Amino acid sequence: MTARTFDAVTLVLGAASGPILRLDEPLSFWGGLEPATGTIIDRLHPQRGACVAGRILMMPTGRGSSSGSATLAEALRLGNGPAAILMLERDAIVVVGAILAAELYGLACPVALANSEDWEALAAAASLTLEAGPDGAAISADL
Amino acid sequence: MRLLARFAEAVDARSFIDIEAAHVDGCLYHGRASLDFAERMIELGGRVRVPTTLNLGSVDLIHPELFRGTKEHAENGARLMRAHVELGCAPTFTCAPYQTAWRPRFGAQNAWGESNAIVFANSVIGARTNRYGDFIDLCCAMTGRAPAYGLHLIENRLARAIVEIVSIPEAWDTERLAVAVGHTIGRRCGGLVPAIVGLPAGTSEDDLKALGAAAASSGAVALFHVVGCTREAPDLETTCGGLTPELRLQLTTEDLREAARSLSNVADGGPLGVVSLGTPHFSIAEFARLMPLLDGARPLIDIFVNCSRATLEELRKRDWEAPLRAARVTLVADTCLYVSALMKPGVGAIMTNSGKCAYYAPGNLGVGIAYGSLAECVASARAGKVVRL
Repeated sequence: MTARTFDAVTLVLGAASGPILRLDEPLSFWGGLEPATGTIIDRLHPQRGACVAGRILMMPTGRGSSSGSATLAEALRLGNGPAAILMLERDAIVVVGAILAAELYGLACPVALANSEDWEALAAAASLTLEAGPDGAAISADL
Repeated sequence: MRLLARFAEAVDARSFIDIEAAHVDGCLYHGRASLDFAERMIELGGRVRVPTTLNLGSVDLIHPELFRGTKEHAENGARLMRAHVELGCAPTFTCAPYQTAWRPRFGAQNAWGESNAIVFANSVIGARTNRYGDFIDLCCAMTGRAPAYGLHLIENRLARAIVEIVSIPEAWDTERLAVAVGHTIGRRCGGLVPAIVGLPAGTSEDDLKALGAAAASSGAVALFHVVGCTREAPDLETTCGGLTPELRLQLTTEDLREAARSLSNVADGGPLGVVSLGTPHFSIAEFARLMPLLDGARPLIDIFVNCSRATLEELRKRDWEAPLRAARVTLVADTCLYVSALMKPGVGAIMTNSGKCAYYAPGNLGVGIAYGSLAECVASARAGKVVRL
């Protein structure tokens, strides 16, 4: 197993590691994620039935309802949220949900912006470790 | 303010702007986290500093007897709604604040939550807001400020995708066309602002509402332009501001039919439990379209119509409530069928004229869904099964 490190931009502070779940399409957390189980319930989502709990969620962009922040915070409160979220575009709804879980419950779900040229290499990793600090984020991948 | 500052950092905003008004989406109960946040704000002495409307909640405070969920859900839902009023928000409880006296003016800087309201404010009214989620909309309301980024800035409001409607299915009304176009641009335009070319002249404000709601459900659309129709789109050149579009789409009859079909998973002729109208909240103009359709045989199944308490008040003034109820209409205020617990368990599939309801109801309620025009919804209610006209 070899490790590689990638630079990223911190959106929400924290450190996490875990297996990845790469979404083939963006997911609206509200209406698309069940907080009580961490399962994707969006009928039209190709990964319906997959579980985000404890995963490094690779989601290029956000989508859908602005209530997604509350759903993400609630899933994190119940211990069924993703370990971290990697994105390619800034998404306010995702960021707020993660910040809230940190502010209200002290639960870290770091969010970082990766470089699009690194995306395929990251997605090919078995697991990722994200360290999102105030001066930038680093992702190390076990390839 | 600390939350807002961290949020501004996360969206790469360099400064803040003053806002005129806010629409807060946080009064819909999603679990303890929603309530913990609002009650923490009250403890800290929080109060909104700009006129602030409230989105729908989880329960109908005017008709509490309609709620069929758990006692805990009803209590926490109502508590969350009241907590927001305590923070100084107006008890509008509607996802369509643009239908109320708080409708923003052209060019106003606002901080709005609720995806359909956001896209309507930006596109139809020409007010300026980003997609503010729960919590951050309240932080903006309590500080009177929003981070200067995204759609607050004029340069980000130009169209980057051109969507041309080249052919329209025969006999389709403007509402069904709007839903099919909205559903398609949501799925295909990503984060690009689309300029739509070729919507017919009779497209109404309610059609644009339906278009935006569908686009903000199947995608993250926060602003669209309809060339020759919406406020910032007098012609294609102005709408694009000299930028070369990154995407060009041509929608044909077949694309539009497929989009409408994809919103249904109950076959034509299949049994229905209820019809649900008013996602987003039904306007007075929509009630005026519905009333004549209800003349005739009494429906076999219930028709739920979701609207704001202000619209309900207006219905009462016009003496429309009694004829609606006589035609098996259940009026729902303050909430919406698909985000609350109003249906009898096991009652069966829903039919709706809303792209948004069709998108979310199966996941939220675990029921089958049929999408159709308003006239098809009423005909189907009469037959108790999916009828196509």
